Amino acid sequence: MSVLAHLPAETPAQQTRRGHSRLLPYLLLLPGGLWLTVFFAVPAVQLAATSLYDPSGSLQEGYAMTWEFGNYADALSAYWPHFVRSLVYAGIATLLCLLLGYPLAYAIAQKATRFKNLMLVCVIAPFFTSFLVRTLAWKTILSDNGFVVGLLRDVGILGSDGRLLATSVAVVLGLTYNFLPFMVLPLYASLDRLDGRLLEAANDLYASPVRAFAKVTLPLSMPGVVAGTLLTFIPAAGDYINAELLGTPNQYMIGNVIDSAFLVRLDYPQAAALSFILMAIILAMVFVYVRRAGTDEVL
Amino acid sequence: MTMAAENGDLRLVSLTKRFGIFTAVDDLSLTIPQGGFFALLGASGCGKTTTLRMVAGLEEPTSGKVQLGGRDISRLRPYKRPVNTVFQSYALFPHLDVFENVAFGLRRRGIGDIRAQVERMLALVQLEGYGKRRPAQLSGGQQQRVALARALINHPQVLLLDEPLGALDLKLRRQMQIELKRIQTEVGLTFVHVTHDQEEAMTMADTVAVMNAGRIEQLGAPAEIYEFPSTPFVANFLGQSNLLAGQVAGRSGDDILVSAYGSRFSVPAARCRAVDGDVYLGVRPEKLHLAPDSDSVPAGHQWVTGVVSDSSYVGVSTQYLVRTPWGTEVSAFASNAGVLAQVPLGAHVVAYWRPDHAFLLGREAGAGDATQPLLEPVP
Ligand SMILES: Nc1ncnc2c1ncn2[C@@H]1O[C@H](COP(=O)(O)OP(=O)(O)OP(=O)(O)O)[C@@H](O)[C@H]1O
Ligand SMILES: [Mg+2]
Repeated sequence: MSVLAHLPAETPAQQTRRGHSRLLPYLLLLPGGLWLTVFFAVPAVQLAATSLYDPSGSLQEGYAMTWEFGNYADALSAYWPHFVRSLVYAGIATLLCLLLGYPLAYAIAQKATRFKNLMLVCVIAPFFTSFLVRTLAWKTILSDNGFVVGLLRDVGILGSDGRLLATSVAVVLGLTYNFLPFMVLPLYASLDRLDGRLLEAANDLYASPVRAFAKVTLPLSMPGVVAGTLLTFIPAAGDYINAELLGTPNQYMIGNVIDSAFLVRLDYPQAAALSFILMAIILAMVFVYVRRAGTDEVL
Repeated sequence: MTMAAENGDLRLVSLTKRFGIFTAVDDLSLTIPQGGFFALLGASGCGKTTTLRMVAGLEEPTSGKVQLGGRDISRLRPYKRPVNTVFQSYALFPHLDVFENVAFGLRRRGIGDIRAQVERMLALVQLEGYGKRRPAQLSGGQQQRVALARALINHPQVLLLDEPLGALDLKLRRQMQIELKRIQTEVGLTFVHVTHDQEEAMTMADTVAVMNAGRIEQLGAPAEIYEFPSTPFVANFLGQSNLLAGQVAGRSGDDILVSAYGSRFSVPAARCRAVDGDVYLGVRPEKLHLAPDSDSVPAGHQWVTGVVSDSSYVGVSTQYLVRTPWGTEVSAFASNAGVLAQVPLGAHVVAYWRPDHAFLLGREAGAGDATQPLLEPVP
């Protein structure tokens, strides 16, 4: 009582200003929150319900809600190789993106000086044409009578009847190509922020350029690495265009299965169950990964 | 000094650095003996940091050499030089805690069992218990002390300190100065210390260099530079000086005669940097005394008359500005040791000095009196 009595009373103007600042975060959340509720949360619940429908129903006759948790077991036992394949392809593609993207992002951020913006535009340039068209172009590039295969055959890396198209290699290369910008941009953002004076300090303190990279540059760019790998891995694991265009059914990923379950076989409960399994797997992997990488800034 | 000590001298030979057409460091040559404490003073942008960076190997000299103990290290990569830097911008590693920042140099050299060493260094900069904090969780002064500890712990042959105490309060700064001086003498390190604190430079360093626009204007023991500056810039950069514009009017025995504003003055030839043409007659403010009239001036002194235009009581002394008949002002510091009454504003006074306290400097033709009073003009 006595303490409070000594505090200067707030004027109404101060009170409303305080009230505004407390409301502000919620106001900022409102538009995006509404959007996500209508177009993500509601459909997701709908999809979850669909995944538990009786699979013997059909689109025409309608589905009965029978809480069929067996849908999940059936989907997993029928298509687990596709899940594994998706994760392996996406994993390799992410790794390749990191190996290609890190030096590229480093060069743009730290060395390009005058050509920085030009090089960034080049990284984004592929987005000016459609994903589908670019992947079709890769079909030509990797085709049996294309120059890549010709060269590899000449050098002897491929046998005389060896091919790239319609192999796992083609699918992984396609994924790598298509998702590289998603790796480069976050890496660039974190490397661009890196203060060159820190590297000078490391050099001054007996760290060779290699050690300075390992002890200063790499740890400071970890937020970029984590963001880049997530932005690459997550969409790559769910992708189906690359397997469709550059592979054969032997290379089909889980995305292809979901695609055909929804649009060809019209097995909605199974398609929904597959979607949820994929989501759960990715969420679990991301959770473990971010915990291990220890970057609390990302999520 | 022993032979071995001389072998560790740091020597800069015609060191020059140009950025495009701009010359940041201009043909700098100097020798700092091993174990010496060298202070570099100079206005902002005069090339102090650039000089240190060339010694550390972070900037490649446009021409000239850096030698350490007779060995040319100009082309040696920074991490191979036995030189560490306390950076003006601190450059602490944001992803490492204070302990790991301080341990960085030791770890890179593969030195094991460093805990005790790091703890001791943190205690020395009064940061015990801060080991687990990140740099972002420290105040500016604390960060500066981490930067100091991070360089000092390596006991390099040469330690470069770029304004290492600028962010500290006076008391802490004095304590750090004592610690630095102690380590420097105990371990026998060579310190190159950039500072804007003249007192710090004068009290700590064996040798002080005053830099101006990429060149060293004067180099010597602190007292030597203070008592007998070699250029008007130095005379007003290190402490302040009253510089009266005049011309050399001749010579009389060991004295140079100077005429200024219709009066004749004399300066012993040994205290003259210039002996003909346009000159400045310089007198330090604390060597200028006030008397009520010329009859009270002790014998053998020289004087100018004037009117007290401003006074400022600063405790140990009172600083007076005296306006001369020709319109410029000279400043005089009167010690408050005695029971002398304060001289009132507007009083007619005589400011007098001993001729051997004056000095004579070369002056560019046309330049007027150059006194930079410490006193703020009173509105
Ligand atoms: N990389 C650079 N490119 C161009 N000019 C530079 C560069 N580095 C420094 N300079 C210029 O060189 C001059 C000397 O810079 P330096 O950093 O050595 O000054 P300083 O004496 O340390 O100043 P301060 O006391 O403000 O720290 C300045 O005029 C600065 O603008
Ligand atoms: Mg500087």
